[in-house]
Amino acid sequence: MKNLRIVSLIVLVLSLGSFNLKENPGGYKPGDKAIDFKLKNIDGKETSMSDFKEAKGFIVVFTCNHCPFSVAYEDRIVALDKKYAAKGYPVIAVNPNDDKAYPDDSFENMKIRAKDKKFPFPYLRDDSQEIAKTYGAARTPHVYILTKSGNDMIVKYIGAIDDNAENPSGVKVKYVENALDQLMKNEEVKVPFTKAIGCGVKWKK
Amino acid sequence: MKHTFTFSFFILTSLYFWSQVPGINVIQFDALEKIMSSKSDSVYILNFWATWCKPCVEELPAFEKITKDYKGKKVRVLLICMDFKSKLKERVIPFIKKNGLVSEVLLLNEPDYNSWIDKIDKSWSGSIPATLILKGSTTNKKFYEQTFEYTQLKSEIEKVINQ
Repeated sequence: MKNLRIVSLIVLVLSLGSFNLKENPGGYKPGDKAIDFKLKNIDGKETSMSDFKEAKGFIVVFTCNHCPFSVAYEDRIVALDKKYAAKGYPVIAVNPNDDKAYPDDSFENMKIRAKDKKFPFPYLRDDSQEIAKTYGAARTPHVYILTKSGNDMIVKYIGAIDDNAENPSGVKVKYVENALDQLMKNEEVKVPFTKAIGCGVKWKK
Repeated sequence: MKHTFTFSFFILTSLYFWSQVPGINVIQFDALEKIMSSKSDSVYILNFWATWCKPCVEELPAFEKITKDYKGKKVRVLLICMDFKSKLKERVIPFIKKNGLVSEVLLLNEPDYNSWIDKIDKSWSGSIPATLILKGSTTNKKFYEQTFEYTQLKSEIEKVINQ
């Protein structure tokens, strides 16, 4: 009987522990080192940041097909790549969503969307969701600007693209562009972290 | 001078009524701040949702049942809609009608999300659904970035009521 009590106490403590872990998903903060990835691109090839030898850094965008915020930002993500890839910061888009619950986000549908919108950047499928988890991507779109520093990738900015998802002409602050322009001038990123409403990443159950 | 006054009054009232759509009000963040700082003994349940958010729509019946459960009591469910304002007539109002929502729906037209997310709760990443339960007369507020089942929601509300 006493043993049973001890066992239930242990179970209780353990379950409380795991509950707390869930509440603090973690992920990167500005200044952290980011890991590289090897994910399947819509062209069928495994793609890593290390494939881009000339790049000075990356604009990693966790995004997807089904979310209205991602859709609202598609043209602006394309514009970011057009403006900054030549300056050494290409866009890499990553779709981490569970495509069983959200078939719009399947690999086949990613190919279709990329073709329709003429994505000039890789659009990768994070099937295991490990990269989204490690980075701490919570929603779509969720941007991570990374800078190469020797062999490391350092996180310089995490957050929203700008301050108006609905209306590009109503944008007052372009968070990502500001951060990139500051990086180009070797300045510190003045606003390294922003929050935004977005569709939560659809984790597998 | 008098004419200018009457004219501005006319413009302001028309603007006011123009922004009022049956079944839904379009609000700015200051309206939420007022609720959050109110000293009334009412319990407020602020649920952040959108018509396009599947888990949000799935949990709406739980919030609707709460509204019905506490009818006439000092418990107010506010469904804070995060759809774009441009989708109000095309999506949001038809959605409210189709689902016969009885809870109060407010469309928060405040696109600079980064300026106010932390004011709801510092722990909020910004993904929805998210729910804030508060009682004006106490400093207690509880924030949840998760989905709710009815029984769990009810028990969280009862905890705040009985504080």
